[in-house]
Amino acid sequence: MKSVQEAQADPKYKATLTELLYQLADDDFIIAFRGSEWLGLAPHIEEDVAFSSINQDTMGHAAIYYQLLEDLGEGDADALAHGREASQRKNAVLLEEVNGPGHYLKKPLYDWAFAVVRNYFYAQAKKIRIDSLKNSSYRPLADAAVKINMELYYHLLHWKTWFTQLATAKGEAPERMKHAVEKVSADMGGVLTLGPKGEEMAAFGLIEPEEVLTRRWHTEMEKVFESLPLSLPPVQSKHGNGREGVHTEDLNSALTTLGEVYRQNPVASW
Amino acid sequence: MSLVSTSEQSVREMLALVKDPEIDSVSVLDLGMVEQITIERDSVEVKMLPTFMGCPALEIIKANVENKLLELDWVEKASAVFVYDPPWTSERVTAEGRQRLKEFGIAPPPEKLGPDGAWHVDCPYCESTYTTMDNIFGPTACRSILYCKQCKNPFEAMKPVSTMM
Repeated sequence: MKSVQEAQADPKYKATLTELLYQLADDDFIIAFRGSEWLGLAPHIEEDVAFSSINQDTMGHAAIYYQLLEDLGEGDADALAHGREASQRKNAVLLEEVNGPGHYLKKPLYDWAFAVVRNYFYAQAKKIRIDSLKNSSYRPLADAAVKINMELYYHLLHWKTWFTQLATAKGEAPERMKHAVEKVSADMGGVLTLGPKGEEMAAFGLIEPEEVLTRRWHTEMEKVFESLPLSLPPVQSKHGNGREGVHTEDLNSALTTLGEVYRQNPVASW
Repeated sequence: MSLVSTSEQSVREMLALVKDPEIDSVSVLDLGMVEQITIERDSVEVKMLPTFMGCPALEIIKANVENKLLELDWVEKASAVFVYDPPWTSERVTAEGRQRLKEFGIAPPPEKLGPDGAWHVDCPYCESTYTTMDNIFGPTACRSILYCKQCKNPFEAMKPVSTMM
């Protein structure tokens, strides 16, 4: 296992490690932001409490990863979170996508089915990644994974419950869930990939190979889909690979909104 | 206790005065957040374990710990740092902490989880076991919302977290 100092002393290892940390940080950061836009709009008050709590946890996870990057000399954690351009971001495109048409302050026409499916698929992929990271060759990341895992347990439980209940509900729910599953699957590949440096990540023992993690995700999904009147379409990366810095306009608008206060005075202490 | 220096003892006494910003009956020691105290002449470093990573109270707790320790005559430098190893788990809440949580109307975390991860707590007001889970997620990251069917009070419980999850 490597410490911060040992990682610093090995440039190739460090470059691969930072690549992985940016993916982990940016994924959690942007999905937590999209989740926070649901505040006050969730289907009922208990869900509003639960969803905002999950988003708060998830933003906390992003903060750990940005801190790990800061510790490796990548710059100030707040600047990494707020100050980077879309082209520098490594999050999956699926996670930056708007919650639906409209604006959260004006007329939000957000789609709860999309929120449930996106969060469920993501939480399951994150769980598999975190379990693998518990054995990461980078000690600080392995420690963080143990901590994150305890909180993630509740997130996955939450989204799995929503997913199975809505998929088997009466009325319009199953049809809307079917559409959401199709929409999310079309870009889920972008979440499951470790990007161009994936093989090096596995070779350095930072995380297991992408194929292994992807297979595990499918196995978990099959177990759940088995008992549901739904099928999982092939997983694709329709809107590009965020790990390569490819993003949509949705990320630009999100960054403009979430960085607004930060940019007013980047050196201010909040 | 004989191995604990008097300076460490005085640090612990001060830490017992640093309360959770939202639960003013429970100290950081009661919550099991203090992992290690290192004293070198006039400086103290306290290694602390965050309960939940996104908890906005962490920065406040850090500042409160440092300010409290600076009140000691011999302390010139005090720093509280958060570490993740070992991870904080709800088992770290002390017996005294459990009692004080209850006094505040928050059920202490359950000591045992079911094989499927399910858990149960009794009502902190009337001690009835006839309670139901209302929302696993509560007003803060570390709490859940429950309801007592006996005394008909809603109440909160400290959410169990464990490395077994």
